[in-house]
Amino acid sequence: MAHLAPTPVVEPGQDRTMILNMGPQHPSTHGVLRVLLEIDGENVVRLMPDIGYLHTGIEKTCEAKFYQQVVPLTDRIDYLCPLTNNLCYVLAVEKLLGLEIPPKAQWMRVLLNELTRINSHLVWLGTHAMDIGAMTVFLYCFREREEILKMFEMVSGQRMMTSYFRVGGLALEPPIGFFDRVRDFAGYFPEKVDEYENLLTGNPIWLMRTKGVATMTAEDAIALGATGPTLRGSGVDIDLRRDMPYSSYEKFQFKVPISGEGDVFARYMCRVQELRESIGIVRQALDGMPEGPIKADAPGIVLPDREKMKTQMESLIYHFKIITEGFAVPAGEVYQAVESPRGEMGYYIVSDGTAKPYRVHMRSACFANLQTLAKMCEGRLLADVVAAIGSIDIVLGEIDR
Amino acid sequence: MPLAPAITDVEQLKNHPAVARLLDWNPNVIEAVKFDRDEMTINVDRSALREACALLREDAACPFNFLSDVTCVDWYPAEPRFEVVYHLLSIPKKERVRLKVRLNSSSPNVDSLCSIWPGANYFEREIFDLFGVRFAGHPYLRRIMMPEDWEGHPLRKDYPVEGYR
Repeated sequence: MAHLAPTPVVEPGQDRTMILNMGPQHPSTHGVLRVLLEIDGENVVRLMPDIGYLHTGIEKTCEAKFYQQVVPLTDRIDYLCPLTNNLCYVLAVEKLLGLEIPPKAQWMRVLLNELTRINSHLVWLGTHAMDIGAMTVFLYCFREREEILKMFEMVSGQRMMTSYFRVGGLALEPPIGFFDRVRDFAGYFPEKVDEYENLLTGNPIWLMRTKGVATMTAEDAIALGATGPTLRGSGVDIDLRRDMPYSSYEKFQFKVPISGEGDVFARYMCRVQELRESIGIVRQALDGMPEGPIKADAPGIVLPDREKMKTQMESLIYHFKIITEGFAVPAGEVYQAVESPRGEMGYYIVSDGTAKPYRVHMRSACFANLQTLAKMCEGRLLADVVAAIGSIDIVLGEIDR
Repeated sequence: MPLAPAITDVEQLKNHPAVARLLDWNPNVIEAVKFDRDEMTINVDRSALREACALLREDAACPFNFLSDVTCVDWYPAEPRFEVVYHLLSIPKKERVRLKVRLNSSSPNVDSLCSIWPGANYFEREIFDLFGVRFAGHPYLRRIMMPEDWEGHPLRKDYPVEGYR
């Protein structure tokens, strides 16, 4: 794959640097990221991430599937926030179709998205802390994450590859007892965040490893295309949920945490605060959950209820047609972006008027965020590279697609 | 909710900040405009792309200072075959605009935006890798997803979904 051209040797004795290969199986690279490092003693002179080890050609596969068949593929891009990807994709297709989604489905989407954000941030917090040497946090985080995965299993039947959102609404009515379980979780979760913070926020070792480490200015972050907590950790105030709301996010009250220092600790603080804000949104969604249908009234696009399908001829015909022929989407193009736990997740879909997308492009947040790694690490210590990689919160499935 | 028809008349769209800025600078660079599904698309002349982006980035009223995404669409066998698509975002004004450049299959070249937004680097490498479009002035135009010795560009429409066996 990629090579780092050696620095020219001018005369003997000047060859001070060496090339170090980190990954693709290094435990702190969160998957299969390979990083090429040129180091001078303990200092990083140059850094180049090498990606592509998980490339599966999802964008190409999408072009050969019906619109509804793409939903399960979107789970597999970012396996830590499948519901965010489901949401972004269905929103884009709904925009192409001009579909109106009933309020209950929209609120359920918000609720599940915030649970996904908590899930993703918990995995990040656990692994990031473990990279830096704090083993305990990992076990605590995965304890709460397990509960969230059980809730996902409850609504969708799957712990990780949920595919719960459909074009036009949700796949199923949320089961009995689901809301009680979420309410229970929302009740005790803030204490758990206190617990993580007790372990880390004031911990002198943690502070030494994160404060002032891998800094990045706001200008650099914007120029390099960083989004999400990586951008907000550098003091840029943007959150698509608040600024360009989708799926009725405008009806929720929440703060967007920002820290201006631009170091690993700032990004850590942003995400930990987001955990608290997300659980607040979950609580609001539970309290205000509207009643009504969970699917749009669009017979040719949304699958009919099982009950109707077995008793009404017309529903049976629609069901058969959607499954065998898909549904045609009017020609056009849309770019729909949502705030994923990692930043701006965008779907650019081009339709040529047939039942299969002409082109699906996923703008992945990590892919752009990874470009900031060189800026963060060059001229700093080798040991900080691990902290920097952790603070970007990369998921290689999303980067390579 | 039926879809509103797309607006393609420059006169009706000249109030959009990006269109206004480009018209003000040089009306000839705008090849076509489209306002569809609440999204603004501007087709820009290939040779003027980099200057247009630099201009939009520095616009005082509505700076499109963030490059969200760069991608490409292959319209094989039609000509011009490739359409490179840029999504710009204005962080202060929360406004989006889509710029497009059309490229013939005989010379799929366009200026790189790396000098304006270094973040364009990976996106352009990805397009080079998967579509075979070249970006003039890119600092490191190598394959990024596929192995270095891969033949062909997988996202082109004439490349089979199952690959060559």
